[in-house]
Amino acid sequence: MSHVEWQGQAKFTIDGKEVVGYKGETILEVARREGINIPTLCYHEALEPYAVCRLCLVEVTVGKRTRLVTSCIYEVAPGIEVKTSTERVTRNRKAVLELLLARAPDAPVIRKLAAEYGIEKSRYPLIKNDNCILCGLCVRACREIVGADAIGFIDRGTERRVGPPIERQSERCIGCGTCVYICPTAAISLKDVSKSMPGVHKHPYDYEAPECSICGEMNLESESKAGER
Amino acid sequence: MIKSLADLEKAASEGARNIHPPYLKVMVGAATCGIASGANEVIAAAEESIKLIGNGAVVTRTGCIGMCYEEPLLDILKPGWPRLTYSHVKPEQVAGILEAVKDGKVIKEGLLGKIEEIEDITRNTRNTRYRFPLEKVPQEVAEAEHLFKLPFTDKQQHLAMRNCGIIDPESIEEYIARGGYFGLYEVLTEMEPDEVIDMVDKAGLRGRGGGGFGTGRKWRYCKQTEGYRYVICNADEGDPGAYMDRSLLESDPHSVIEGMLIGAYALESQQGYVYVRAEYPLAMQRLQKAIDDAYAHGLLGEVIFGTEFSFNLRIVKGGGAFVCGESTALMASIEGKPGEPRAKYVHTVEKGLWNQPTVLNNVETWANVPLIINKGADWFASIGTEGSKGTKIFSLVGNVERAGLVEVPMGITLKEIIYDIGGGIPGGKRFKAIQTGGPSGGCIPESLLDLEVDFDTLWEAGSMMGSGGMIVMDEETCMVDVAKFFIEFLKDESCGKCVSCREGLSQMHEILRRITEGEGQESDLDLLEELGKVMQDSSLCALGSSAPNPVLSTLRFFRDEYLAHIREKRCPAAVCTALIHYEINENCTGCTLCAKNCPVHAIAGKVKKLHVIDQDKCIKCGVCQDVCKFDAVTRNTRNTRNTHSSEKPS
Ligand SMILES: Cc1cc2nc3c(=O)[nH]c(=O)nc-3n(C[C@H](O)[C@H](O)[C@H](O)COP(=O)(O)O)c2cc1C
Ligand code: SF4
Ligand code: FES
Repeated sequence: MSHVEWQGQAKFTIDGKEVVGYKGETILEVARREGINIPTLCYHEALEPYAVCRLCLVEVTVGKRTRLVTSCIYEVAPGIEVKTSTERVTRNRKAVLELLLARAPDAPVIRKLAAEYGIEKSRYPLIKNDNCILCGLCVRACREIVGADAIGFIDRGTERRVGPPIERQSERCIGCGTCVYICPTAAISLKDVSKSMPGVHKHPYDYEAPECSICGEMNLESESKAGER
Repeated sequence: MIKSLADLEKAASEGARNIHPPYLKVMVGAATCGIASGANEVIAAAEESIKLIGNGAVVTRTGCIGMCYEEPLLDILKPGWPRLTYSHVKPEQVAGILEAVKDGKVIKEGLLGKIEEIEDITRNTRNTRYRFPLEKVPQEVAEAEHLFKLPFTDKQQHLAMRNCGIIDPESIEEYIARGGYFGLYEVLTEMEPDEVIDMVDKAGLRGRGGGGFGTGRKWRYCKQTEGYRYVICNADEGDPGAYMDRSLLESDPHSVIEGMLIGAYALESQQGYVYVRAEYPLAMQRLQKAIDDAYAHGLLGEVIFGTEFSFNLRIVKGGGAFVCGESTALMASIEGKPGEPRAKYVHTVEKGLWNQPTVLNNVETWANVPLIINKGADWFASIGTEGSKGTKIFSLVGNVERAGLVEVPMGITLKEIIYDIGGGIPGGKRFKAIQTGGPSGGCIPESLLDLEVDFDTLWEAGSMMGSGGMIVMDEETCMVDVAKFFIEFLKDESCGKCVSCREGLSQMHEILRRITEGEGQESDLDLLEELGKVMQDSSLCALGSSAPNPVLSTLRFFRDEYLAHIREKRCPAAVCTALIHYEINENCTGCTLCAKNCPVHAIAGKVKKLHVIDQDKCIKCGVCQDVCKFDAVTRNTRNTRNTHSSEKPS
């Protein structure tokens, strides 16, 4: 809990390699700059980190204490030792991927990542095939980049899902399609609903869609195509 | 307005006169538990009969003394007598009890016990007791049991609950009469803030809300960070079956306010919040009254006791989810954001509410603080075990004779709690397990009943202190079903943000469902253990990392029950519906009652002839067993129609 004050540069190691980070930078940012691969699903350079996919786990040793942290939010400090592929890291990443594969068995990105970790098939049962992995990229993009704040999370626990507030038509949606482009699993996919303009998003959930405030023709449709992209 | 020691003493003598008035006083335990068992009706009856007594006699309300299984409780305080307590009081009994008392007599029926002396917790009175002045006590009273020497109370020690069931929670004077706000006075006028922190640290107080983090240490860490510091009281109490925090707020709200004032002085904080669970209207109402009274007396607000110290306190109504009790979720909720844990590696003592250094403590933790000031750190540290000092309140519920709130010194054994205090298992049944620590706690088996309860021993036993829930389970409990129940609760109450917790709980629940329905495989047990470890390791907050406890602890201690479900398709406790069947034995007299009551007409049989259940039609609702007067219906630990049952005989 007690943390040492420091300014400027932090020298530390990632997998034994000496690296330099700056105040406020995360391990993930430094690792990417150094070309060290750490898998992520809920991270995007342009958005506030959210730390929910748990894929970017790494082991960090500070003094005598070693723990598992999510590198997308862990801020670097002088002297820390980061290890990105210990047995513990791999075991947890694998487990997370196996859980995700059970939820979204058709999503190419999940299948590919799982395969990289040697998982072809999840041992867990398919409870409900849902391509949306709740990474929150769409929600954050809509709020932080578009500024529309038209979609959010509804409910909690295993019922959590993405949709416009109270699952009714959101007047805030401007139909820009940012959520569609940012979604890693194509849970929100493109559909041509107007003659003039292609590229309108539809969500896998049932709710009324707004009209585009620009062209007035776009519609959200409640239909999901797994792995369309 | 209370500005000086003299003012405080004046209020104290006024309060003392109200606690033990020179006229007859009738008191009724009216916390939520008392009200649920009829306290309001008893109060109405008492108010009716008191009019006939006159001479200034009054009826007042008090909080919960912990004997919830005996409620409604009615106390008689007659000058010259010990305090008398009646249990299970019905409104129609009240007039009789009071008339007898008026004539100097005592009705023995329903008399639970008397109090002749009580722990004195006022300042600088280390370990003394207050004795009631007694004179001309009737024989029945002399013979009555001592309320604090009953099996339920004998091993208890009421520290945090010191005023519960003793004072009127809505009277600030009565709180002051019991030593209240004297500690605050001492702190403000005689101690440096850091001395207060040292004292709390030396006392060894650990957080009562779950983690057991050292309170003094937590305060010190917070103090190291510059900023506009906040103090918060966590009264979210989302554990099903746990109600000690509610009871404290309803029975003695000033103890929490004073604790927070002392903490705020130590931390040089000017603003505090009490985050109260939305489902606790009475606690909120009494706490609000206490806050208003404290403001009116100058004990909250500006220049308290004429010093430079100012402190404001406000209630925030909870967001209505279990996870809102988690520290970062709670603070997000106070800020008006969704009550979800936030992922940060900076602790809330450094960056908490509105990114300012913040101390969050549980209701019971705060309530202990004034006591440490009044009676000293050494006194407090002399109670309890090496690593866990003081007492802990548990809500003892489930298959136990005497259910209620028990406050016991740390280090007491589980056996003493269950058998001596709780009176053991009802109906001559066998004990199976005790679940401690709330939904993400664990189940402890009979072999560990000698465990001396404290933060560390419970942790080592695969469970935890949590906020102090204790559910006793008898032999008719299925441990797989219990694990499933808690996982289901957590699956609905998790915020659903991070993959490990959300997907992990969802899969755990599904695997447990399969096992309880006889579709499990032995490999499922390894999978559950593996999954549990991953959730512990990689979840974002403590809900997810502690969520596997119910599964891991039952797998550790009750693996044979899992195996019976899997290998033999048998639920040993005959609980899991899919794995049981009902049968009618030769006790059947052919009365036809079961056949008439069966909702699906699965029972056939002629009058005065043995009846038979059609297993294919039976939906296992158990109505036949409930209605049978001849014990002729049995519930059996196997499902005869289960197609898997012949698969793998063990
Ligand atoms: C899911 C979850 C729920 C919690 N609920 C409560 C609660 O209802 N009351 C409480 O005091 N602490 C609760 N806690 C613990 C708090 O996060 C925090 O540790 C505690 O309030 C600190 O106070 P203490 O040090 O006095 O124990 C909860 C923790 C988690 C992870
Ligand atoms: S561990 Fe559970 S409750 Fe905590 S953030 Fe993750 S999903 Fe939410
Ligand atoms: S990228 Fe860090 S948790 Fe998702």
